[in-house]
Amino acid sequence: MEWETVIGLEVHVQLSTQSKLFSGSATRFGAEPNTQANIFDLALPGTLPVLNKDAVKMAVRFGLAIDAEIGRRSVFDRKNYFYPDLPKGYQVSQLDFPTVGKGELTFTMDDGTEKTVGITRAHMEEDAGKSLHEDFQGMTGIDLNRAGTPLLEIVSEPDLRSAKEAVAYLKKLHSIIRYLDISDAIMAQGSMRCDANVSIRPKGETEFGTRTEIKNINSFRFVERAINYEVQRQQDVIEDGGRIVQETRLYDADRDETRSMRSKEVANDYRYFPEPDLLPIVIDEDFIEAIRADLPELPDEKKQRFMAEFKLGEYDAGVLVSSRELAEYFEAVVKISGDAKLASNWVTGELQALLNKNNWEVSESPVQAERLGTLIARIKDETISGKIAKTVFEAMLDSEAGVDEIIEEKGLKQVTDTGAIESLVDDVIDNNPEQVQQFKEGKEQVLGYLVGQAMKLSQGKANPGQVNQLLREKMK
Amino acid sequence: MIEKTVAELSAALAAGDISSQELTQAYLDRIAQFNDELNAYITVCADSALAQAKAADAARADGNSSALLGIPMAHKDIFCTDGVLTTCASKILNNFVAPYNATVVERFNAAGAVMLGKTNMDEFAMGSSNETSHYGPVKNPWDTERVPGGSSGGSAAAVAADLCAMATGTDTGGSIRQPASFCGITGFKPTYGRISRWGMIAFASSLDQAGPLCKSAEDAALMMNAMAGLDEKDSTSIDMEVPDFTATLGDSLQGLRIGVPRQHFAEGLSADVEEAIQASLKEYEKLGATLVDIDLPNNHLSVSAYYVVAPAEASANLSRFDGVRYGYRCENPVDLEDMYKRSRSEGFGDEVKRRIMVGTYALSAGFYDAYYRKAQKIRRLIKNDFNNAFKEVDVIAGPTSPHTAFKLGAKSDPVAMYLEDIYTIAVNLAGLPGMSIPTGIVNGLPVGMHLVGQDFAEAKLLNVAHQFQLATDWHRRKAPLTSKEA
Repeated sequence: MEWETVIGLEVHVQLSTQSKLFSGSATRFGAEPNTQANIFDLALPGTLPVLNKDAVKMAVRFGLAIDAEIGRRSVFDRKNYFYPDLPKGYQVSQLDFPTVGKGELTFTMDDGTEKTVGITRAHMEEDAGKSLHEDFQGMTGIDLNRAGTPLLEIVSEPDLRSAKEAVAYLKKLHSIIRYLDISDAIMAQGSMRCDANVSIRPKGETEFGTRTEIKNINSFRFVERAINYEVQRQQDVIEDGGRIVQETRLYDADRDETRSMRSKEVANDYRYFPEPDLLPIVIDEDFIEAIRADLPELPDEKKQRFMAEFKLGEYDAGVLVSSRELAEYFEAVVKISGDAKLASNWVTGELQALLNKNNWEVSESPVQAERLGTLIARIKDETISGKIAKTVFEAMLDSEAGVDEIIEEKGLKQVTDTGAIESLVDDVIDNNPEQVQQFKEGKEQVLGYLVGQAMKLSQGKANPGQVNQLLREKMK
Repeated sequence: MIEKTVAELSAALAAGDISSQELTQAYLDRIAQFNDELNAYITVCADSALAQAKAADAARADGNSSALLGIPMAHKDIFCTDGVLTTCASKILNNFVAPYNATVVERFNAAGAVMLGKTNMDEFAMGSSNETSHYGPVKNPWDTERVPGGSSGGSAAAVAADLCAMATGTDTGGSIRQPASFCGITGFKPTYGRISRWGMIAFASSLDQAGPLCKSAEDAALMMNAMAGLDEKDSTSIDMEVPDFTATLGDSLQGLRIGVPRQHFAEGLSADVEEAIQASLKEYEKLGATLVDIDLPNNHLSVSAYYVVAPAEASANLSRFDGVRYGYRCENPVDLEDMYKRSRSEGFGDEVKRRIMVGTYALSAGFYDAYYRKAQKIRRLIKNDFNNAFKEVDVIAGPTSPHTAFKLGAKSDPVAMYLEDIYTIAVNLAGLPGMSIPTGIVNGLPVGMHLVGQDFAEAKLLNVAHQFQLATDWHRRKAPLTSKEA
């Protein structure tokens, strides 16, 4: 039987506010345990929440970026359950009236096809702390640094049809969030987390199958693997005559499998009710318009502009806007070099290869936009050839020096002195009488060979255009 | 001196007739003499009180003349006090020393008041007789075989027996007004949002409100001047101008329209209490007020709605008492679940557990609409009743409680206890200001009259009470305990 996969993603993003959602504690990653937890975060009796307005702004920013309905009156609710890293015994979240309502996200697959996925909602809630099971000899340690960090939970419709689509959706979401500068969105650090709801159904069927929820997926690669594993597992179960149980499953990256967890808690009753310590958030038109006016250019718009302004192809433009940092890097290179086409080639070519090879972020590149821009400018003003430029690029990996300094130091400057080139050309003509004769008889293609010989003699530094011109003149 | 009102003590301190240190010592002596019998205080802070008094005397010498400077007071043990045991009268907090001050405490400190100690109460403010306290019941100074009312029973008894000049309380369904009534003192519950709840241990967040327990309406106004106002730490506190609550205490009641709800003079009200209230209403007519018969048609639903909303909120508010970070933890828990179960079963008293279970049930899947949502609807109906009534009247008056203080152990049925607050609960559901003032003595026990005002019309309400107290002396009557001493 042919099966169709149905996936919906719930993505938690830690908003990069200075302080927590309801308290003034800092939210830095990696601080000593419990150094970022004040009396509210510890849920001492008598303490009360005060909403962080920046978190609301960030949520609305996201809402506007995906063209979503903004909840004019959103309400916080208490979600009740006991766990040691949940100090109040309830998590403050949003149930019926989220700050961000229905929206949508369009992304491009590797083969160039576009897909639009519905976003059901995005609501604000507080993160829990962490339970530390090591180093406490049979006891559990609690770190409340993370407790109360603002989260935006972005829930998609079950519109995704393959693990690849899920990853493409997630990458686009990641890119938008980074463009909006509302989260670090680093999956490995947990500032972006993804739960996947997965089910399968016979192709053509309109009813959904029973779904499972996969948790603990902490990289893009694992999203694809976990979903593929789960889809295969569900197929095997059904084809063996079994039934899928609605449950939460944990992805184990080491063994590359999903495992059932907490089946007992699936029937958890969270007893949601409106949080009486907070008033509803009332958002007016002015608030929304002020945020809209402050929205950055988003990847789709930027891609269109790059294509129009810089005459780039769709594929290259798509690669360049895939992250805000890369797009900004590219534009800086264009500005310095004055050549968008060369800038695009270098950024998507040499630079991308370098980043991929070392698993670096753009910001970690030893070749900064300023140096790459200058390098391209030196190609344009014929100080060096494109080929020599690659040598300079390599040299920049080990040196902080400026482009001109490196060219100077390594003696890579292109020879444009007519006298010097003339003597080179004379040498080549003297040493290759046969080819010169052929050229004179009208065999144009030997010119390339002769130019090559001249370049070789100059160790690549002669200006090829000048060599070409002089050869022609002298062989007339 | 200790029997005097805050206004009188303030004048005496200003005139130099007595120092705050002398006054504080006098109250500490009084506490030493009577607290064993009354059990009004859980914690007495003699040393820090005397230090505060000394500082107050020094401040006065430096020219500070604020009204509450050097006045000895007590805080209900529901308010967090920095460095001082804060128990909420529960075993689960019997070792909890708060590391911070409630805003209310902070404001009295700033006004120069002296904290004598922390008063007993019903556990987590759940009760109407002060019998649910882990620290034992408080006795009524008028008759020590009787309850002082609750939940702010320790504060009410302490004020009535002159174990302090004034005290703070909290009122979720009548917890300031009913004990004020039973103990023959003045108790005031402001509009919801008028006073910050920061540092006040939550029972039912949408109903809880702090307020004064004291010896006169004038004293309540002086306390309100210190307590009221926006606090950015409490998102439900209201950003509204705070008047000088004493400024309008001289206004005439000529033309005042007093609403008398017929529902508050029906079945269940004891005849002698009704008589005392009717006599007081006549007194108001003498002062120039007119009485208007009004209808609060949904009043009979208030107790039921309250006992869904309040326990529902409480069930979540009390989840933080889990034995993990502070407070009581059971001995040798074998695992997490065992720790939760035993810490909470051993740490909470029966009434608290009952309400947690009721609240948990009311919020459960499948019951939410039938209970919680319906109760919220009733809440709106009750508010509408008051809105309609206030189109015709300025204040509403009636009995605070159906009867006078009852005997310890007399009400073992929880529902009978819940009905204690039948006249006061609707006011919390509607968020309105309300108060109780002494208006008579029946069989040697005080009777309280309940006065209810419009949202944020506290100043007017206080003057309505003040004018009555200028014309009568019920608020000057002392419990026999006090006269015995005098």
